[in-house]
Amino acid sequence: MRNRDAAYWLFLTPVLAALILVVIVPLIYGFYYSFTNWNGLGTPDFIGLKNYMDLFTDKGFLDTFWFTIKFSVAAIVVINIIGLSLALIVTSKIKSSNILRTVFFMPNLIGGLILGFIWQFIFIKVFGAIGDLTGIEAFNGWLSTTDTGFWGLIILTSWQMAGYIMIIYIAYLQAVPEDLIEAAKIDGANSFQRFRHITFPLVAPAFTVSLFLTLSHSFKIYDQNLSLTNGAPYNSTEMVAMNIVKSAFTENDMAYAQAKAVIFFVIVAVVSLTQVYINKKREVEL
Amino acid sequence: MREKWKLWLIGFVGFILAILWLSPFYLMIVNAFKMKRDIFADTLGLPETWTFENFYQAFEQLDFLRTLFNSLLISGVSVVIIIIFSAMAAYALSRNKSKISSLLFFAFVAAMLIPFQSVMIPLVAQFGQFGMLNKAGLIFMYLGFGCSLSIFLYHGTLKGIPISLDEAAKIDGANRFQIFWHIIFPLLKPMSITVGILNVIWIWNDYLLPSLVIGGAGSETIPLKLFFFFGQYTKQWHLALAGLTLSIIPVIIAYFFAQRQIIKGIADGAVK
Repeated sequence: MRNRDAAYWLFLTPVLAALILVVIVPLIYGFYYSFTNWNGLGTPDFIGLKNYMDLFTDKGFLDTFWFTIKFSVAAIVVINIIGLSLALIVTSKIKSSNILRTVFFMPNLIGGLILGFIWQFIFIKVFGAIGDLTGIEAFNGWLSTTDTGFWGLIILTSWQMAGYIMIIYIAYLQAVPEDLIEAAKIDGANSFQRFRHITFPLVAPAFTVSLFLTLSHSFKIYDQNLSLTNGAPYNSTEMVAMNIVKSAFTENDMAYAQAKAVIFFVIVAVVSLTQVYINKKREVEL
Repeated sequence: MREKWKLWLIGFVGFILAILWLSPFYLMIVNAFKMKRDIFADTLGLPETWTFENFYQAFEQLDFLRTLFNSLLISGVSVVIIIIFSAMAAYALSRNKSKISSLLFFAFVAAMLIPFQSVMIPLVAQFGQFGMLNKAGLIFMYLGFGCSLSIFLYHGTLKGIPISLDEAAKIDGANRFQIFWHIIFPLLKPMSITVGILNVIWIWNDYLLPSLVIGGAGSETIPLKLFFFFGQYTKQWHLALAGLTLSIIPVIIAYFFAQRQIIKGIADGAVK
């Protein structure tokens, strides 16, 4: 198929049109709007870097950012530990392996919004009931403080995403050659040594993939945040994605929200590209 | 003997974790069947009297059949369009090895890095100007956001399909469209299932984009309708939980029938 063929361009037109109109043009416009005082209506005036300058002194936004980073780091650690553990459990030769996979993966099919509402009920009513039953004060008032709200979000995200990460680890674990493990067994390596020296190095690429996925996923979380805490108390559990949506569509501060969105894009892009770069470098070494 | 004991222990830990994993669903479902006062009196146990009243009310309030239809329509059409057009594009890009092709492929893949929030504001403003904030506009947007990953996945598969197949068909007198439809597209079926599953999951569950594009009464999708429903009934957990349970039922039914394909599809998509 040559470039000059009508077929070549006909095959590409629908997706090209969609990509250009839905992603590329808005991206360029968005970049432009971030340097203006646009409020959603009328013609915007160019105001240079003012929005960006304001961002660096906007305590609300900086707090949101810091919260998102803390959340992402904690989520990455917790999700990967649980995900790998689940994968090790379901790839051992137990009979219930297939059922367990199905169960652990299930939350991923249900939207973040719905999962957040389910956990809102659990943290408020069920935890409250357990608190009354056991007399342990710590169960009461989840979602009403910043700390417990933070851990509430971590629990929700881990419950949802660990099953997804599990699938990735399973794919790599199943590629570990059986005879290597057998050989190590004959040489007298115990199961910890076998994991440490054979399985672990062979599934190392899975870490890169799942780190990338958990990082980009947790950094961009919106639905779960909205339905579980909605930022409460006092916006202290608000993450960047939600902050942008709020300042655009609740406060109608379009240009300012767009400046936040540009910063958000740059950070996501830099982090993702760094990840890909490290990934590639490691592949060469292997 | 030691080996057997160890497997038993792993199985037991797995069983406990499975119960832990399912408990949120259990708590949601049993409480959806309770009378309002029973939720306060006993949150953890089974209902004293099982009532369907909450479900009737939630069904009506959610306008459930219509909302379900909207979700099915939007997800169904979007995914079919994504599958067909992404496969076509990936085919063109993989069979043409020019600079333009690699540049376009790079552009599609790079678009995956763009978070939705950074294009959302101008997107809504511009589509609003052209009167495209409706279902058709939404489906077109899903094509734009969904095509990147889909083209990437198809492209990987297409590289493994020998070009001699195309050439043989060409000698038999087939044109490009015939070659694609009758020879290539059927060979892509396993990947089409993966692409379909990956896209249907996020589109079915998407909240933010529909909330910005189709606000109008009567055209809401399940997450959208549920958001307002839940806000209205936050203090009335029996109704809120019945609504949640109702809205999850279609997903659970689909998962029950297609779990193998779903898990395999996710694995194929994620590891690529």
